[in-house]
Amino acid sequence: MSLSLEQVHRVAQLARLEISDAEAETTRTQLNAIFTLIEAMQAVDTKGIEPMAHAQDLSQRLRPDEVTETDRRGAFQAVSPEVEAGLFLVPKVIE
Amino acid sequence: MKQWEVVIGIETHAQLQTRSKIFSGSSTAFGAEPNVQANAVDLALPGVLPVLNRGAVECAIRFGLAVEGEVAPKSVFARKNYFYPDLPKGYQISQYELPVVVGGKLTITLGEGDAAVEKTINLTRAHLEEDAGKSLHEDFHGKSGIDLNRAGTPLLEIVTEPDMRSSAEAVAYARALHALVRWIGICDGNMQEGSFRCDANVSVRPVGQQEFGTRREIKNLNSFRFMQQAIDYEVSWQINEIEEGRAIQQATVLFDPDTGETRSMRTKEDAHDYRYFPDPDLLPLMIDRDWVARTRADMPELPTAKKQRFVADFGLSAYDATTLTASLDIAGYYEAAVAVAGKGAAKPCANWVMVDLAARLNKDGLDIASSPVSAAQLGGLVARIADNTISNNIAKKVFEALWAGEGQSADEIIEKQGLKQITDTGAIEKLIDEVLAANAAMVAEFKAGKEKAFNALVGQAMKATKGKANPQQVNELLRKKLAGA
Repeated sequence: MSLSLEQVHRVAQLARLEISDAEAETTRTQLNAIFTLIEAMQAVDTKGIEPMAHAQDLSQRLRPDEVTETDRRGAFQAVSPEVEAGLFLVPKVIE
Repeated sequence: MKQWEVVIGIETHAQLQTRSKIFSGSSTAFGAEPNVQANAVDLALPGVLPVLNRGAVECAIRFGLAVEGEVAPKSVFARKNYFYPDLPKGYQISQYELPVVVGGKLTITLGEGDAAVEKTINLTRAHLEEDAGKSLHEDFHGKSGIDLNRAGTPLLEIVTEPDMRSSAEAVAYARALHALVRWIGICDGNMQEGSFRCDANVSVRPVGQQEFGTRREIKNLNSFRFMQQAIDYEVSWQINEIEEGRAIQQATVLFDPDTGETRSMRTKEDAHDYRYFPDPDLLPLMIDRDWVARTRADMPELPTAKKQRFVADFGLSAYDATTLTASLDIAGYYEAAVAVAGKGAAKPCANWVMVDLAARLNKDGLDIASSPVSAAQLGGLVARIADNTISNNIAKKVFEALWAGEGQSADEIIEKQGLKQITDTGAIEKLIDEVLAANAAMVAEFKAGKEKAFNALVGQAMKATKGKANPQQVNELLRKKLAGA
């Protein structure tokens, strides 16, 4: 399998990455090399093996339903570019 | 004219009633100052890891049991990727291939009284996920304000099969689900605060056609009335489009309550590509049979079972049983009242709860949980009607007295205010004699054949007993007296 330039631009768009046509070409070559690796892995016969959702065969640890966090808004907002009335301000987005 | 069939499936986001968030120890309380309940995990600061809340899983198990679905022994959390400022991680943790609840069903009732019919709506799945924050687009010098208090609030997304065939069925389903999640204590159901939000997938097809038509999804219906209006509008819009020769394009639409119309938000071409994959930060969620069994033992009797028991044990009509199982609070109140009044008075108890109490609560804008008249007090009152200590009319006075806190029990008020029904025939006869003597003109009219005069005499006699006599008894005695006089 190999990617088209158009697909590279699409993936970049989904990841909100701005790439030039030259970068897209380099990226395409690199991604295709990764696909070669994946193809090699897919050649392994995995018939009858249940897919794992995680590399470690363990189950999720759970925490009790308790409020353990306190208000640290001041500290968090001290490092944020723009705040007002307790809100984080971001460029206007309306879908 | 072609006949059209409507096909509807519903997705509901129910906010789970946990104290803390699904993957962090921040509070989920509603209405806090912006961002004071958003910690490092909710803000997606580098290096943080999510840890799953046992309480949220417990809610999912309760729901799975309540709808008779399968509680998955193993389920997996996945990342749903998209960019939006109120989603700091750039992905929402949700479940995709292996949800926590598979299948299940909910029975809805359509129509009322004798015309009522039941229908089963099948569920596809229910999965756990986190809510996003809130974006405020008001005036912040051309910028948007972000409040992340809601980010990470646990949600259960409940998905139905495309089983509904009208807006009425869709609303009946949404109402039944709303009642159920509150009943089992997993969601407060507050639609104004966004605790219970529905999306409706709507399509139409010619009657008899097997394949589904192309669907459009109406997002974020936050009231039952809007749901009905939005679906009705959408259905007639789709039928009109097809009849005019235009094909329906798959799309996401929003309902505008001001215009009563739905409008397209995005079409299939610019639909999100979420690129789901298992979240490497979270291991599979394993739920063992013991946990399910313990949860089952801890569940309240479900509304359907309770309703059937009210009909079988208390002889209530299906309609009354449905009304009295509308919420756990109402059902609990009713059962506590019957426990005091006695099973023989179950029917009058039902009437008092559904009519008198409901009207009084409504007048003061109270819900049953904060009723000034307790279930035991109401039961005690109904018991005194049942054993003829007081008439129904006097009972209404006693009820008002209980409401005003004039006594601890109906018995105390009846005693203190001397409201006991006069059943002593001699005493009533004496009063009737006095009434007859004082109203000779009316007696003469009655004797001249005016039946109206009799009713007036009954009224006078009841007045003389201060309403404490049994009207039936007064009636009989008066007739006897007049016949003999």
